[in-house]
Amino acid sequence: MIEQIRAILAEHGRLMIDMEELKEDTDLYEAGMTSHASVNVMLALENTFDLEFPDRMLARAVFTSILSIRDALLELGVEEEAVKEA
Amino acid sequence: METIVRQRTIFEIVDQIGQEVLAKAAPDVDAQSRFPQEAMDAMRQNGLLSVAIPQVYGGLGLDVKSLMQIAETLGKYCSASAMIWAMHQAQVACLVQHADSSQFFRHYLREIAEKQLLIASITSEAGVGGDIGTSIAAVETEGAMSRLTKEATVISYGEYADSYLVTARRTPESAGNDQVLVLLKREEVELTKTGGWDTLGMRGTCSPPFHVTATFPTEQIVPVPFSQISAETMAPLSHILWAGCWLGIATDALNRARKYVQAKARKNLGGDQQGSTRLAEAINLLNLMRNNIIASVSEYEELMAEGESGRAKCNSMAYTIKINTLKITSSQLVAQIVQEALLICGMAGYANESPYSVGRHLRDALSAALMINNDRLTATNAKLSLIQKNL
Repeated sequence: MIEQIRAILAEHGRLMIDMEELKEDTDLYEAGMTSHASVNVMLALENTFDLEFPDRMLARAVFTSILSIRDALLELGVEEEAVKEA
Repeated sequence: METIVRQRTIFEIVDQIGQEVLAKAAPDVDAQSRFPQEAMDAMRQNGLLSVAIPQVYGGLGLDVKSLMQIAETLGKYCSASAMIWAMHQAQVACLVQHADSSQFFRHYLREIAEKQLLIASITSEAGVGGDIGTSIAAVETEGAMSRLTKEATVISYGEYADSYLVTARRTPESAGNDQVLVLLKREEVELTKTGGWDTLGMRGTCSPPFHVTATFPTEQIVPVPFSQISAETMAPLSHILWAGCWLGIATDALNRARKYVQAKARKNLGGDQQGSTRLAEAINLLNLMRNNIIASVSEYEELMAEGESGRAKCNSMAYTIKINTLKITSSQLVAQIVQEALLICGMAGYANESPYSVGRHLRDALSAALMINNDRLTATNAKLSLIQKNL
């Protein structure tokens, strides 16, 4: 799951730092992710994991780091390992 | 019971100041494009600059609905004075809501109330395309002292403020959206005016561009990220209070149209009551505008009363869309209603020297779509609509 989140962030997050520097708890907004880019990240996550984030989860805090995104996906029933192909 | 009595008194005071000071000054303030000093003096004498500050710090601690009603009342008499008051309240509220963990800021809130200090906003910046959520300017901290430089494209009442709340990147290395809010006192700031303020409307707000440099104690950085301050306080409260000002403008313009239609009707009993249909339709629009603002006020007050979970909801995309929509809708309605008033009054409304004149109202109302450009807010909402679920 983490690798897929990373791949989505690399493609859509428009971060100012290199992906190698991106730790699981790095604040993505501090790393330069704009709110515009964050919407693209959300859309890509919905597509990759075949789910819909409910409005209550569409908040800055939920998409603030790789770990917080993973927690959100777990909450929506995505399993840590068994992930469908993007 | 006590609360009701006190609030009625403040509303009466505001209305009296409006009639006796703001309304009289408004034509000259507009014509000269000058700061409404007499209005500011009257507001200060009556403590209107600290009504949003909790009583424990020497303010009145008014709720958001009362603040909106004051903005509306002031807006009936002088749009520029109302807007200056409204912008100041939003700045004060940012400190009340997000800075009271700091001893410096608790002391400063007292000082605002005691001395009736006026706070201006320095969120605009050249080069960010009107996006206040992005900064180029950055705070450079060396121990207890910090400094910053900023090219502000507008600072409303910049030359007349006692202090400023400025957005900047947290450090020179920070991303553009990693912002802090910094309080700068007048004596810490060097302001160099880099342009004029000769505009179509809102001329009394005196909002030219400035080059800003400041050296200030590091403790004057508000201890919460600006993104949170913006989502929970600055954006909702600014939009609610601006909408309140615009509601006042629309109400006064339509009142002029009402007087015009009624004066005609009295002289032409039983005949064709020209303008009354358009007046009735415009009154519908005014009610729509008012009720929409009141609904936003109620929702915001409920979120604030909810505590942590309510604040979290303010940071949601769904709420961003709602509060952007309040601003877009109110700014469109004020211009529409004033134009209806103009059509009703005809030449009497178009003439500047006329009791039915709505020219100034129209010019002031047209600024509404530009204060954070509606196209920018619509673009944000368009993007968010790609992910929003509950309509």
